[in-house]
Amino acid sequence: MLQIKNLQAGIEDKPILKGINLTVNAGEVHAIMGPNGSGKSTLASVLAGRDGFDVTGGEALYNDNDLLDLAPEERAREGVFLAFQYPVEIPGVNSAYFLRSAVNAILKHRGEEELDAMNFLKAVKVKMKELGLGEDFLKRPVNAGFSGGEKKRNEILQMTMLDPRLAILDETDSGLDIDALRIVADGVNRLRSDDNAQVVITHYQRLLDYIVPDFVHVLHDGCIIKSGDKSLALELEEKGYDWLTKEAA
Amino acid sequence: MSQLATTNPAVEPVEAFTKLEQNGAALMPLRKAGLARFSDSGYPTLRDEDWRFTNVKPIAELPFRPTIDPLGQALGQEQLGNVTFGQLSADRLVFIDGHFNAALSQIGDQSSGVTVTHLTSGLAGLERELGSLSIGDDNPFVALNDAFFTDGAVIQIADGQRLAKPVHLLFVTTASEDGEAAHIRNWIVAGANTQGTIIESHLSLGQAATVTNVVTESRIGDGANIEHIKFQDQSNRAFHLASLHSELGRDAQYTFHSIALGARLSRNNLRMRLAQPGIECILNGLYMLRGQQLADHHMVVEHAAPHCDSHEYFNGILDDQSRGVFHGRILVQPGAQKTDAKQTNKNLLLSDDATANTKPQLEIYADDVKCTHGATIGEMDDDAIFYLRARGLDTPTARRMLLHGFAGEIVERIRHDAVREELNALVLGRLEAVHKLD
Repeated sequence: MLQIKNLQAGIEDKPILKGINLTVNAGEVHAIMGPNGSGKSTLASVLAGRDGFDVTGGEALYNDNDLLDLAPEERAREGVFLAFQYPVEIPGVNSAYFLRSAVNAILKHRGEEELDAMNFLKAVKVKMKELGLGEDFLKRPVNAGFSGGEKKRNEILQMTMLDPRLAILDETDSGLDIDALRIVADGVNRLRSDDNAQVVITHYQRLLDYIVPDFVHVLHDGCIIKSGDKSLALELEEKGYDWLTKEAA
Repeated sequence: MSQLATTNPAVEPVEAFTKLEQNGAALMPLRKAGLARFSDSGYPTLRDEDWRFTNVKPIAELPFRPTIDPLGQALGQEQLGNVTFGQLSADRLVFIDGHFNAALSQIGDQSSGVTVTHLTSGLAGLERELGSLSIGDDNPFVALNDAFFTDGAVIQIADGQRLAKPVHLLFVTTASEDGEAAHIRNWIVAGANTQGTIIESHLSLGQAATVTNVVTESRIGDGANIEHIKFQDQSNRAFHLASLHSELGRDAQYTFHSIALGARLSRNNLRMRLAQPGIECILNGLYMLRGQQLADHHMVVEHAAPHCDSHEYFNGILDDQSRGVFHGRILVQPGAQKTDAKQTNKNLLLSDDATANTKPQLEIYADDVKCTHGATIGEMDDDAIFYLRARGLDTPTARRMLLHGFAGEIVERIRHDAVREELNALVLGRLEAVHKLD
């Protein structure tokens, strides 16, 4: 599904990703861990197409096509979803209106029938209930004045409604208490299938208690320095990152 | 008189006053005092602190032509049916170039305690009231209005009554000569525990550099709940000057919305006096400008009693070389404890040449109050655009959604459903038609 080959990227003249190699197949969950500043969020941003990052080398293929050549909205329509670390507050834009527009942009791209207001509401209310979001949520402006937990749950709600093939979760666990963490993780787990894949970026192991990864990668100074199975995450929890980063140095 | 003569050689107040006197001799003291004040002050200049960002020189340079007589433009119902709010179920008073037009107006269906009429209908006793709320204001345009107003709406709601339908005041200019000026005077008295919606719209049917100078005095009684929506969509050569002087009673709720889309230059002076405890006053405004347009909202909210809330929300979308001006002064008098005053002004610049001048001003003489203000001037939020694009929406759609949302923050506060929905559609249409979205 996703093949990242020797990907190098940075901001202005500062290199951040220094040759990432990663293959994600359908049906897999990958966790990317690493200390602050290792390039985790840059990787997510580059894959989603955020402005301001220069790709200086390597490539990222998504279903064998050049992902980096697509505009952000094209990536989204092709099934790539980024759950933002810092979801943006958009005052004045009603959540229901926004979400239905997004769902329909993607359905239209897939050649499927767009949802009318009623069918959209029916579908979204089921998902909102699963995520513990009250009905007034749809009337509120997107993320405006939301608590940290509400914002993250909103990301998961959007993910659920957009039904992506490849979901990248950028530090979705940050700022969540244990109950919210469980709700968010349940949402991700419900989405898992043989047709899609998740890349979970996190600083801490605790999210991986709930979203159990098939692979764990450690990112340090723009490179993946170690890959393993879920036991690697436990080892990191116990020992921290130092033993690996020293090894890498 | 000398200054007036130098700024306006064409002014002939003697002739104008002779005609105006025929309409009501009792108003002559007000008119003469107004003319005297204006003669002293002349038009404001950029040196006046209250007019620092708004240059009215183009108005001062126009020929001085108050439309003392109707201009004789024949208008039919068909020309007004399509205007904004033209189809709204409302009692409608239509004024053409400052003159009431009975044929185009429809008044009915109000209860016996409600009077909806116009000034020159000869309402007894009103001549002593007019000016009582605007008297302290040294705004030269109020002085000009005192001197030359021709007509305007009168709305009086007796204690405990409500407007059965909204009252729609439709002011249209048809003037074809530059400088033709409609001076309009409105008088609104809402008694205790009254309710109602008042809509005031200002439109142009011609393209001349006309002047609309409207002064509204309103007295909102104890426990009254009044929503007032002012919609200004005049031609881009028109000049629009408005001032509202309101005194609010105990526990009154008054919401004033200013939607300023048109005119070359528009200025709204809002003077709110919160004289009794428990008042909630909301001033809510949207300006969307392009070309050389300028819209100025200049507010003074005076908290003269404890336990009052006032909120000002103004959003501006500024394109091309347009300019938005916001001046919000909150004055908390000694003893006005537990005041809660909030003020925000947000400006979105769509062009490098657009300008926003924003000036919040808090003047507080009480110690147990909550006053906040915030102003922003910026471009469209790139992070927000990326967020929407990352959800599959293309850039034009994302920009449209953000602009609509920005305007919608203001429009959403309108409580009257039909008015809000019509404005919402109008604003969206205007954004699509006028402002570059890709």
